[in-house]
Formats: sequence, C-alpha cells, structure tokens
Amino acid sequence: MTLRSPLSKARGLGSAKSGTHHWWMQRVTAIANIPLGAWFVVSVLGLIGAEHDVVVAWIAQPLTAILLILFIANIFYHLRLGLQVFIEDYIHAEGTKIAALLGVTFASIALATACIFSVLKISFGG
Amino acid sequence: MSDTKSAQRPRPLSPHIGVYRWGPHMLASIVHRATGSALAVGTLVLTWWLVAAASGEDAYATFTAFIGSPIGRIILFGLTLALFQHLLSGLRHLYLDTGAGYEIRGNRRMAAATFILSPILTLVVWAYGYGLI
Repeated sequence: MTLRSPLSKARGLGSAKSGTHHWWMQRVTAIANIPLGAWFVVSVLGLIGAEHDVVVAWIAQPLTAILLILFIANIFYHLRLGLQVFIEDYIHAEGTKIAALLGVTFASIALATACIFSVLKISFGG
Repeated sequence: MSDTKSAQRPRPLSPHIGVYRWGPHMLASIVHRATGSALAVGTLVLTWWLVAAASGEDAYATFTAFIGSPIGRIILFGLTLALFQHLLSGLRHLYLDTGAGYEIRGNRRMAAATFILSPILTLVVWAYGYGLI
C-alpha cells in the first residue's frame, strides 16, 4: 500500500519538489569544469610574470573572454551547489543554516557578476 | 526484548567519524569536500585578479605584489593542490556515479591514486611556473 497519490508518483519529484535537479546540475557543472579548468590552468601558466597590458590584451580577445565567462559562470554555479550541501550537512540550527545559505547565494552571485563585468569591461575596450 | 542481557549489549552504531576506521576511500571523500570549500574561498583570488585587471595598472600592481609575496605564493600553491585533488577525486566520484568501482580493493586504490597524482601534478605545474621544466 502506498500513500502517494498517482500524480505525485508521475511527477517523481519527492518531498523537496525538485527531484534530482540539484544532484544532476552538480554533475553537469563538474563535467563542464574539466575542459574549462584545464584551459584556465594552461592559460594562466602562460601569463606568469606578465605585465598588466599583456594580461588585458589576452582577456580582450573574444575567444578568451567567452571561455572566461563560461568558466566563471560554471564554477560559481558549481560552488553554490556544493556549499549548499556542505551547509545543509553540517549546520543544524535552522536560523544559522538559512542565513548561511542566503550568504553563499548572494556572495556567489555577487562575485560571479564582478568577474564577468570585469571581463566584459576589458573586452569592450576598457 | 525486556531481558537485561540484550539491553546491556552495545547497540550498533551508525557510521560516525569517531568510530570509523580510516581508509583512503573515506579520506578521499572528506578531502573532496574540504578542497571544494577551499577552492570556493579561492575564487576571491580569481575575482581580485579580474577586477584588478579591469581597474587599471595601479590596482593590478597591488594584486601582483600580493600574489608574488611569500604568503601569496603559499595561498596559490595550496589552491593548485586543492584544484588537482578536487579534480581527481571529482573524476573518481563521476566514475562511482556510473555504478562502477565499488569493489573495495579497486575503490581504495583509486582513492589512494588521487593522493599520489595530485601532488605530482601540482609540482609539475609549479616547476613549469618557475621555469624548471
């Protein structure tokens, strides 16, 4: 015997109403991070000791700017999901937990915006 | 169930950090969280770098002075190690997500391999950075 309604079974979203979306997006961003992260590490290695104008000229290239923005969006999405699980697992006081979740959400969006804006400002001519 | 013998018998414990036997597989899982959290904080360095580059030469000089200092280099070295460890243990988790790799010996070996490979990759990257290779 089950107490679940046929509709709830068909939706398959469970009590959190989001199903496997969180888990799946963590994997999607993890997989995207592999090529983007590898590109970033190799690129930064090429910039060691570079002066300001060299770094700015590199960021200003369309391909660099596009890949940087994808990398930024992806890592901040990924870390937002990861830190959410971390907080939910280790912070048990309800008020502190919600405050921490809000803090992580706001901070990750704010930092991502700062990064993306900086890339756009440089690539649109400083 | 009311006899004293069964009441006094130690009850089974759910896995807990204090009673767990440490092994590379559980260490890899915990380190994955720790390195992920460290990298999340490390995005402050990335943000500072990009904002400084967009703000101009003076702001950029402040950033490079910090990141080139001993403390800055230690932070960057730690982030490099955390990045490779998180990448390798992340690949392990993706592999486990497919339902493979739960055989205990292989699972332990895979976890141990992440701890061997991540310092090697870190040293290779830093040796390249210092022009040694």
